[in-house]
Amino acid sequence: MNLFRYSSPSTFYPLAGKLVPWFGWSALLLAIIGLWIGFGLAPTDFQQGDAYRIIFIHVATAWMSMFIYLVMAFWSALSLGFNTRLSGMMAQALAPTGALMTFIALWTGALWGRPTWGTYWAWDARMTSELILLFLYFGVIALRNAIDDDRRADRACGVLALVGAINVPIIYFSVQWWNTLHQGSTVSMIAAPKMAAIMLAGMLVMALAVWFYAIAVSLIRVRCIILERELGAAWTSQLTEPGTT
Amino acid sequence: MDKSIDGTGNDMSEFFAMGGYGFYVWGAYGVAALAVAIELVALHARRRAAEAAHAQGSLR
Repeated sequence: MNLFRYSSPSTFYPLAGKLVPWFGWSALLLAIIGLWIGFGLAPTDFQQGDAYRIIFIHVATAWMSMFIYLVMAFWSALSLGFNTRLSGMMAQALAPTGALMTFIALWTGALWGRPTWGTYWAWDARMTSELILLFLYFGVIALRNAIDDDRRADRACGVLALVGAINVPIIYFSVQWWNTLHQGSTVSMIAAPKMAAIMLAGMLVMALAVWFYAIAVSLIRVRCIILERELGAAWTSQLTEPGTT
Repeated sequence: MDKSIDGTGNDMSEFFAMGGYGFYVWGAYGVAALAVAIELVALHARRRAAEAAHAQGSLR
């Protein structure tokens, strides 16, 4: 199968439409399983009581907030490098969901911080850099809305997305580089996780659910964007004969 | 504070109390669910608007 066939909006549009229900229903199923593990099977934490159950939504959305930004930067780089239409549309489609994930991560973090640290917010490196991530998403969205020409907006947003990508490793490593109120990583790619297996399972299933949700929603949005931006292109209006309007 | 959700599920009020942390736990999950719902509604409206603009098109 030639994957490049799907690099044009007209061929990607129906493919995205076929993929949406698979990712959408998988996300819902995984969320139900994840919440069942998190609230039904996982025991109360001996230190934090039931407040720790915020972890299942907090970590999943925080991971996704960073990951979506990197994917957005990747499509932006393709858009800038090859000037392909679909990559700019993909970057555009990811920004709102990235902002949503960042907001949920910050919000749930605040509600977790209050009972465990005694404060909703602190200007420590992890929280501040995550807040900057939210502003970067807002910046990309606002810049897009401020520029009428879509291809120029692709380039401007692409540059902003790429420059802002430096913030992602800063968020990720902030708990190592600085003394933060925020705890270090409980789950690491290089060491055994420091948490009970059932809690870890709930967290990973929720992370997968959030990931699939983000894919489904971004595909729905990119289809909207294709319709909006290709308005008037021959393939989207095959029934409107030229000259009849 | 030391009451546990032991999975027996025989006490709903205990479950919703979350060992005294109900405000924080349900505040976190409730707003997250609300935010997701808003995104889905907004996306549905955007889809409708885009389809309306293509009312004479042949897209599925």
